[in-house]
Amino acid sequence: MMSEPSDMASSAPTVEFSNVSFVLPDGRPILQDLSFAVQPGEILVLLGRSGSGKTTALKLINRLLEFSTGQLRVEGRSTNDWNPIELRRHIGYAIQDVGLFPHYTVARNIALVPSIENWPKQKTEARVEELLRLVGLPREIASRYPHQLSGGQRQRVGVARALAADPPILLMDEPFGALDPLTRADLQREFLSLQQQLGKTVLFVTHDLHEALRLGTRIALLEAGRLISLSSGEEFLSSPEPLVKKYVEAFATSDRQREKP
Amino acid sequence: MNFLSFVTRNRLEIATLTLEHLWIVGLSTLLAMVVGIPAGILITRKPSLHKPVIAAANIIQTVPSLALFGFLLPAPWIGERAERLAILALMLYALLPLIRNTYVGITSVDRATVEAARGMGLTDWQLLCKVELPLAASVILAGIRVALVISIGLATIAAAIGAGGLGELIFRGLAMVNNAVILAGAIPAAAMALLADTVLGWLEKRFAPQRTA
Repeated sequence: MMSEPSDMASSAPTVEFSNVSFVLPDGRPILQDLSFAVQPGEILVLLGRSGSGKTTALKLINRLLEFSTGQLRVEGRSTNDWNPIELRRHIGYAIQDVGLFPHYTVARNIALVPSIENWPKQKTEARVEELLRLVGLPREIASRYPHQLSGGQRQRVGVARALAADPPILLMDEPFGALDPLTRADLQREFLSLQQQLGKTVLFVTHDLHEALRLGTRIALLEAGRLISLSSGEEFLSSPEPLVKKYVEAFATSDRQREKP
Repeated sequence: MNFLSFVTRNRLEIATLTLEHLWIVGLSTLLAMVVGIPAGILITRKPSLHKPVIAAANIIQTVPSLALFGFLLPAPWIGERAERLAILALMLYALLPLIRNTYVGITSVDRATVEAARGMGLTDWQLLCKVELPLAASVILAGIRVALVISIGLATIAAAIGAGGLGELIFRGLAMVNNAVILAGAIPAAAMALLADTVLGWLEKRFAPQRTA
């Protein structure tokens, strides 16, 4: 956690939504009046079912989508005032389908942002090795192609690629969603310890309550484009809010059913 | 007069006509690539242009070749020489497979790959050069292959307007009712088409992207 640029403004939120709405061109509202702040160094989980708007909220931050009304700040500056390319290189992005480049080796995939930022070759190579170690992949994998990797390995490469240029902010959209439960648990554990080492500010999208409880400093529940609750995991479990209760109960029931037979 | 003796006696003329044929086909396909590939890229960026551009290329394709040569005849500079006319007409025919395959190749690149690339801060130009074109290369090459094979065949008809090429032997043979002369034009043209098909097919496979799954 040394010399993170975000430490300088440790009291100011890293990402701040103020009454943000997002409306589709056909007039359908996807996000309505969303307000919350992400503190430096925390993992904020956006929890919600499919269609709740959590992925959309994430894409507003790196301007893959543009919000309709309200104010959205990254490091104190409105996203509209950021150059979108600069903003995106400042923010790591990892998604469920990973989206590795099939025609690049693992090393070139990880080195993508450093290479377009014209890092010297040696620095890039050293960084790739460092990242492979960091995400728990053997060095030999650097020369392989994505289709030669397992799902868990691909996901690790995706995380390494997102971290490549050392961005202070990470956006993760169900990055472990497509993995088997054992691999997912491994990656979650490793991700937590990685986060403790690096102190990144993370927004993490998931629909899985267990994942949210395991990873989240705080959990934000979204439903139909609105923020229902924002609290720590413990508070979340004991919340009287009916929609939160419903979500918690749904998971408790499915757990009981799993244990029965 | 049998085929072999005709070929040996006229080998110089056959070689010249083959080169002429190659020149017409090569230049027209090259020009079609210069126009068609950027046009295909453009319609992936401006979806409103997709329909009109594809429609225009489709319409050109439906015009019978002899009629197209006729239509272009009054064009200034182009109409002055049959060779220019043939090159322009063949270029127009080659546009459709090139535009269509460039468009299909780029739009069928995995959405997650494109989104990850954009999310990491690639500019539109970097996205095109580093991701979309390399991954679309084999589909675009397939378009070039189709264009080339069609052009080699069509170019024989260009001899009807005096543009030269192997069609000259075919038309002469038809007029003389002499199969040997027809074959002396048809066989090199067919061989050229087969060769182009094989070479481009090989390239296409080499550039095929590794599957993600």
